[in-house]
Amino acid sequence: MPTDRELALKSLHYRRSVLRWIKHAGAGHTGGSLSCVDILNVLYNRILRVSPATFTDPKRDRYIQSKGHSVEALFVVLADRGFFPESDLETLCGYQSDYVGHPTRHVAGVEQNTGALGHGLPIAVGTALASKLDDAGFRAFTLLGDGELAEGSNWEGALAGAHYKLDNLTAIIDCNTLQITGRTKDVMNHEPLAEKWSAFGWAVRTVDGHDLAALTAALEKPLEPGKPSCVIARTIKGKGISFMEDVGKWHHGVPNDDEFARANAELDAAIVQLSGGAA
Amino acid sequence: MSAPAPSMYSPAAKAVAEKLGLTMGRANLEEFADTLLALAKADRNILAVTSDSRGSGKLGPFGQALPKQIVEVGIAEQNLVGIAAGLGSCGKNVFAVSPACFLTARSLEQVKNDICYSDHPVTIVGISSGVSYGALGTTHHSLHDFAVMRAINNLTIVVPADNFETREAVKAAAASLTPVYLRFGKAPLYNLPSADSRPFAMGQARVLREGSDVAFLATGETVIHAQLAAAQLESTSGLQCRVVSLPTLKPLDSAAVLAAARECRAVITAEEHMVNGGLGEAVAGVIAQAGIGTRFKIVGIPDEYTVTGSQADIFRHYGLTMEGLAATALELLGRP
Ligand SMILES: Cc1ncc(C[n+]2csc(CCOP(=O)(O)OP(=O)(O)O)c2C)c(N)n1
Ligand SMILES: [Mg+2]
Repeated sequence: MPTDRELALKSLHYRRSVLRWIKHAGAGHTGGSLSCVDILNVLYNRILRVSPATFTDPKRDRYIQSKGHSVEALFVVLADRGFFPESDLETLCGYQSDYVGHPTRHVAGVEQNTGALGHGLPIAVGTALASKLDDAGFRAFTLLGDGELAEGSNWEGALAGAHYKLDNLTAIIDCNTLQITGRTKDVMNHEPLAEKWSAFGWAVRTVDGHDLAALTAALEKPLEPGKPSCVIARTIKGKGISFMEDVGKWHHGVPNDDEFARANAELDAAIVQLSGGAA
Repeated sequence: MSAPAPSMYSPAAKAVAEKLGLTMGRANLEEFADTLLALAKADRNILAVTSDSRGSGKLGPFGQALPKQIVEVGIAEQNLVGIAAGLGSCGKNVFAVSPACFLTARSLEQVKNDICYSDHPVTIVGISSGVSYGALGTTHHSLHDFAVMRAINNLTIVVPADNFETREAVKAAAASLTPVYLRFGKAPLYNLPSADSRPFAMGQARVLREGSDVAFLATGETVIHAQLAAAQLESTSGLQCRVVSLPTLKPLDSAAVLAAARECRAVITAEEHMVNGGLGEAVAGVIAQAGIGTRFKIVGIPDEYTVTGSQADIFRHYGLTMEGLAATALELLGRP
């Protein structure tokens, strides 16, 4: 198991890669990818029982990324976990590339094609239910955006997850408080969020979505027997780059050359500091 | 107490059916439910997933016999298809059953993305399709489903005309490694013997009657009416009409369509669907792209506010019965 510091370093490298490939492709969902990097880091490096070698194992854990637009974060983490060489991302969004701007099963390690919001939770419910029906013991995780929660299908899935007592199901909400138009609370308020999920019959925990230890503790096992788990991860959109943090336009903003250089300089400095601290 | 539903068949049509020696079968819905139950008893991987639709899907006995193989999602069709996709992704052989009107509209995006694009071998079963719920109004009609489902990649569309086609289609769907949309109604249907002895296969037309005057190319519950019309045209006008059942709407058996267009003097399509985007336009596309010119008519529900009434009333109103189809054939041939 990697240490918190090792994971923190990974997150910095992941952020660097996310920006690199978005810049290379000239398109991407920057803010939401940066806000969920730490969540994906913890999932793939500490929680999910899945690897390139076990990806065809029927008993592997499943991760379904409902907020499919944050595909760059997923691709970067999958590449780091050895599902494919990171250099494959040279073709990201290119002609005839498998690396589309949303997850597809043509890419090794991807479980579900997503991109239309509001689909991941019902699919994860079906996945967790299959595990229960076969007594297979695997877990299902899905990652939702906070703006995405306005899609009614999520609440159909929330009912079903509790109805079937799917304690092997975890929904993580990347609660960065922003969507395209602005603040989620102004576009379509869903607070009080924790109360909603617990009223739907879920076990809920709110954590700092950039605290690797807190995320690990919330995800390493179901929060409560007999109930599905909802982890509300309070995050910062654009996390890690000072001028992108909590700024709406970076939802799908692509950095220009100057911004790209400044962002990398910030990440490099953080990497040096973290590595230096260890030396 | 409501009055019994008016018969789908006029006395004249019943007489023709009798002369042809046709036997009355049961509703495709019942055939589906029994076939699925038999398959599921032998394979615990088969699941029925329902959205408060187990009664309308005649799956009560299934639920009683195999309570661990039926999953209820409540009145939530998007959830129905999403959960079906998740179950299918884990190796379950899923039949997601709900009225066609809701399943192919409310949950269309889930069908497109979660099942077809993601490529999970789920069978989407649209019950009480077309105007089966005639008198309940447009909310309960599925006259758009061929058009929207035809426009989705990686989906085989099967619309059985009788109990035999239904039985075989359910078996073929259970064996299919790719997604299938199965669509049928709930009225009892005559059994339709094939003119040849070819076994049923998805993607393959079934020739019910040979002939070279008019070719009736039909799908689903309109096929019987084409068969009756062909028999009537022979006895009243001496015409030899071909009847082809096209249980698979996609991929369409274009060889059978082209043979009909080349060998017959006129082509009539019949479907329980709006004339936009359904069987007729699919057939027209095949014929036109082969450079064939022929007399051609699409019979279906026109693009208008659908008339009120039972399925039988609506079929009669829009000429989908024996009498209507026979009249269309004579008109197309320029005969009085
Ligand atoms: C069904 C659907 N509607 C609209 C969109 C377009 N869209 C992509 S991302 C996005 C905003 C998502 O906001 P949020 O869920 O908060 O995600 P995040 O902030 O993490 O990027 C929208 C509207 C979509 N992908 N799917
Ligand atoms: Mg957000």
